[in-house]
Amino acid sequence: MADIAQDIPVARQLPPPRSTGVFGWLRANLFNGIGNSILTLICVALLVLIIPPVIRWALINAIWSAPNGAACHGGGACWAFIGEKLRFILFGFFPAGETWRPITVVAIFIAMILAACDRKTWGRRLALLWAVGLIAVFLLMRGGFAGMSEVETRLWSGLPLTLILAVVGMLFGFPLGVLLALGRRSRLPAVRAICVAYIELVRGVPLITVLFMASLMLPLFLPAGMTIDKVLRAQVAFILFAGAYLAEIVRGGLQALPKGQVEAADALGLSYWQRTRLIVLPQALAMVIPPLVNSFISMFKDTSLVLIISLFDLLSCAETALTDPNWQGFYVEAYVFVAVIYWCFCFFMSRYSQVLEREFNRGKRR
Amino acid sequence: MASEDASLSIAPTRPVPWRDPKIRAIAYQIAFVAVVAGFIAFLVHNTLANIGRQNIATGWGFLDREAAFGIGESLISYSPADTYARAFLVGLTNTLHVAVLGIIFATILGTLMGLARLSSNWLVRKLAQVYVETFRNIPLLLQLFFWWGLLNKMAPGPRQAWEILPGVFVSNRGIVYPVPVASPAYKWVGLAFVIGIVLSFIAKKWATRRQMATGQQLPTGWIALGLIVGLPAIAFMVAGAPLALDVPALKGFNFAGGDAMSPEFAALLIGLVVYTGTFIAEIVRAGILAVAWGQSEAAMALGLRGGQRMRLVVLPQALRVIIPPMTSQYLAITKNSSLAVAIGFPDLVSIANTTMNQTGQAIEGIVMIMTVYLFISLAISLGMNLYNRAVALVER
Repeated sequence: MADIAQDIPVARQLPPPRSTGVFGWLRANLFNGIGNSILTLICVALLVLIIPPVIRWALINAIWSAPNGAACHGGGACWAFIGEKLRFILFGFFPAGETWRPITVVAIFIAMILAACDRKTWGRRLALLWAVGLIAVFLLMRGGFAGMSEVETRLWSGLPLTLILAVVGMLFGFPLGVLLALGRRSRLPAVRAICVAYIELVRGVPLITVLFMASLMLPLFLPAGMTIDKVLRAQVAFILFAGAYLAEIVRGGLQALPKGQVEAADALGLSYWQRTRLIVLPQALAMVIPPLVNSFISMFKDTSLVLIISLFDLLSCAETALTDPNWQGFYVEAYVFVAVIYWCFCFFMSRYSQVLEREFNRGKRR
Repeated sequence: MASEDASLSIAPTRPVPWRDPKIRAIAYQIAFVAVVAGFIAFLVHNTLANIGRQNIATGWGFLDREAAFGIGESLISYSPADTYARAFLVGLTNTLHVAVLGIIFATILGTLMGLARLSSNWLVRKLAQVYVETFRNIPLLLQLFFWWGLLNKMAPGPRQAWEILPGVFVSNRGIVYPVPVASPAYKWVGLAFVIGIVLSFIAKKWATRRQMATGQQLPTGWIALGLIVGLPAIAFMVAGAPLALDVPALKGFNFAGGDAMSPEFAALLIGLVVYTGTFIAEIVRAGILAVAWGQSEAAMALGLRGGQRMRLVVLPQALRVIIPPMTSQYLAITKNSSLAVAIGFPDLVSIANTTMNQTGQAIEGIVMIMTVYLFISLAISLGMNLYNRAVALVER
């Protein structure tokens, strides 16, 4: 027994490096290796260099109220400018006395988008809700009844215009896109050729060109005496543009559909339109919902381009607010404010599309 | 039995013509083409009538006339006395200039940020994520206005210019930076660089053949590095190593020396690179994540080291996923460069816009813009498709 229980001297060792707690986390995530430690230090240095001045500018030295622009130049941000111009940046030239109308319109849009986010509501009731919502938006913007003054479309501006252009462009562009995608996959060569030509032509040129075309050439295309108002022209351009891009997304869904589905429908004796409506589209469209949301995000961002054909969307109103001689030089404040609004909408939608994608892939994961 | 079978078989009968799928297909197509052609004819008819009524000039004759407007910056010589055709050419070169630089820098920034988002370093990962999520969700036009406002309106005059790096000054006149003094040596250096690339390709081929034959590996990476960096360095030394830099310095009211970037060009380039970089970062990240982890494990089991694993196993497979969406980003940069018209950089669209305003010939102007962009799009797609074919999976 004695020789088994021999006292063998074991060299004392340091305890292993901690892998839990604050220091363990720091070691694992920030200082695992020389290269990473250097990177961490560089990043910290950058943050120390950038963040304090930004906070000083945006919060500590900022001026929150001032009678005019001259009293507002003091090193920090001039949020008084935003306060002064808030109504104009958001709602533009809409009559000042009736600001409740565009506010309601924006609220209706947000409510419609939120309602559409819940997958349980998808169906006829949602479509009905959207139809009612869009009609309400139009009536509220247009006015001319029930004590509301009539507002011409050239006064439609700011955030409501941005939302209308994006949402209506997407809603009407979608059926066009589905038809174009079906045409591109058609067995009839003439139909296919025309659809391919349209899609490639529109996708090959910048959106600005399409907008220029709508604002400069559409009047030439129409019979003499017939005029279309400016907002509608831009809206048509967005619909035509969206149609081409959505067509390519829908085509992706059509191509991903197993061929057996079409063959089974044929075997059941369904006609082309029955097969498309009952078998092909429901499956193909369900597959492409996440990219459709992404496409809506870029559509929303692209509406800012109407500034170039002198319509007054959100960005354009901010630009106009900057030209006030009493409030000169508050570029950064105005752009940051507008950027935050765009960012909130886009970030929310992109997060939603990621959630959708994850849910859709749940069944496919093994 | 056989005779009974024969009697049961139904002889194929021709359906009545209006139920024959072939005839129907032709009829549908004729109807569709007729509707489209009729619609186009309607538009053309209206357009011609409107042009006649409003006395709008037509035809391409205006291209030979004097443009009579100045262009802020140009890579080729131009004066207001030149023709509209020359002005269009200036616009085209400006568009290509900003698009090519934008593609190069956006690829570099996007790849770095995409790799940073996969870093094991928490801080680096989060910073890259903040960059992507911030700039992806703000409209490009707004970003362009921001950079342009910063460079053109907020930046100080040349006398108080910000020196962001030694020798690099930012003022409301744009960005000035030092360049090496022109010297014939650089021609030789450039030539040596090209020769180095060609030679390293040949060396790679030869090393592969040698490895196939003998099983011995050569350090081709080091050989290529030596050729591509070493040859120009030797050429630089042999040609006399002209180290002089043309550093910009304040002379009077503006900078002299060095090279300058106008605020418009700089704003457009920065905006395009920062915006598109976010999309490229996501593409690169998705591409690398798409390569199954088992591939890396298999490579480790074969005894490949970190760099080899990335170069020989992960990257070739990731590129297949990366190339197609990357192509559409390159196309997007080219098309988005047309937003230059909003901040006054004389690109193709901006010059066409001026031309349309001066001559009133909207149709010709828009046709020219569309043709040029279609050609550029086709060229980029073609180039990227060729590259894609080179990296695509070769199946039996």
